[in-house]
Amino acid sequence: MKSFTYERATSVQAAAKAAASVQGARFIAGGTNLLDLMKLQIETPTHLIDVNHLGLDRIEETPEGGLRIGALVRNTDLAADKRVRRDYAVLSRALVAGASGQLRNKATTGGNLLQRTRCPYFYDTRMPCNKRQPGSGCGAMQGMSRSLAILGVSDACIAQHPSDMAVAMRLLDSAVDTIDANGATRSIPIADFHLLPGDTPQRETLLKPGEMITAVTLPKPIGGAHVYRKVRDRASYAFALVSVAAVFGKDGTARFAFGGIGAKPWRVAAADAAAKQGPKAVAEAALTGARTTHHNDFKKLLVERTLASLYRQQEARA
Amino acid sequence: MSSDSLTRRSLLQGSAVIATAAPTLSAASATAPSPNSGAKAMMPVELTVNGREVHLQLDPRTSLLDALREHLHLTGTKKGCDHGQCGACTVIVEGRRINSCLTLAVMHDGETVTTIEGLGTPEALHPMQKAFIVHDGYQCGYCTPGQICSAVSVLEEIAAGIPSHVTQDLDDVALSDAELRERMSGNICRCAAYPNIIAAMRDVYGQSGAKGEKA
Repeated sequence: MKSFTYERATSVQAAAKAAASVQGARFIAGGTNLLDLMKLQIETPTHLIDVNHLGLDRIEETPEGGLRIGALVRNTDLAADKRVRRDYAVLSRALVAGASGQLRNKATTGGNLLQRTRCPYFYDTRMPCNKRQPGSGCGAMQGMSRSLAILGVSDACIAQHPSDMAVAMRLLDSAVDTIDANGATRSIPIADFHLLPGDTPQRETLLKPGEMITAVTLPKPIGGAHVYRKVRDRASYAFALVSVAAVFGKDGTARFAFGGIGAKPWRVAAADAAAKQGPKAVAEAALTGARTTHHNDFKKLLVERTLASLYRQQEARA
Repeated sequence: MSSDSLTRRSLLQGSAVIATAAPTLSAASATAPSPNSGAKAMMPVELTVNGREVHLQLDPRTSLLDALREHLHLTGTKKGCDHGQCGACTVIVEGRRINSCLTLAVMHDGETVTTIEGLGTPEALHPMQKAFIVHDGYQCGYCTPGQICSAVSVLEEIAAGIPSHVTQDLDDVALSDAELRERMSGNICRCAAYPNIIAAMRDVYGQSGAKGEKA
């Protein structure tokens, strides 16, 4: 690991200020992804700003009837929160589908949104990767691409977004609250928060240098039956090949978001609109524009079959 | 290949050179400035480990795992993958199990850590340690300290009503083999002692007199 200096931030404002003023500074929260990448020298921060002690670990009700989840709320605590289990069960389900118990005890809400792809070529510093080293090329496109994205990809990058939590948050139309070095705050719709790779796969979010996530806000509960189905190579503790977050209404309406297949958490209005026509129509709408490789073409069929399984489950419950 | 010419004798001789060189290196580093001293300053870290207050001066890069093993010589906690994939380094910090390899010691300044050495002693084993012995919950034993720290925490997490991926009703968390297997998935055992680990956990759960078990 490259050496770095470390400070424990004493206020949110001071943390954002420090991040903007020190070249190569990074926030550290749970650290479960960042330290892993630092050991491999994929991330080489010069300065770490520990944001674990800023009081951002609370879940509060909003005046609009939703929930404001502090950026430092641990994945375990978010999944177990009584209000989340009751009103946003898809979020609880997505969280417990991810990682291991140990990691969920450490990983945070803000950090989970910022976790990096698990593309094997991003992780292997001997291989070209436009995300890790802009302009070096992409080893994945002609390589082992089985786990990688089929939606939102570009000629520069086909990395998948790894998060389960973010897929549920996308489904729930969450917003990401931030603060910058000048103390200015903004609320970014999660649909806009993650960027598609385009020509600049190294840019992954809308965040400006030094801008810090303070919370994720959930709008008021939407009711319905909440499900999160994750299909992966192992029954537990593995990233998704395909995951589907869904909320089914009593009137046959539904909304869907997808993980494992997109360069970012994937949701399209046309898929929701096709809900009453069944899983094949939903899959077709969701997969519009899909670009597959020889290795990951199977994901298209897997999306349809995962949806079919969810529909059958709903019918059985009705 | 060059390894063709590598005889057992030359390999052993090579090792001997390395072995004798090692003390020289450490003796040198004890008197000469450490290679890192010019780069970044050491930082004070205070921890309560297994009930004992300790004061360390650490390079900020030091993982909690390395602080425990290399600085406090608590070698019960094991380094497996060093990337949070195997769970051998699992310890309990502020009452929660975490991967000690994926966190910096400086991030835990002022916090309380329990390792396998703090759960019990050979004379007074923790019930989970005893149960692992009774049920043969290991073969080589390398993953065992992590397994036991996780197992102790898993029973607490179930008692606290924290749901898992296999929990049917998010508001009704109860013990089952499926729950134990899912919750222990962050601890890999290459010897595959899994069924016996589950038996050990069930045994401890039974001793606790807890209710709400499901088949």
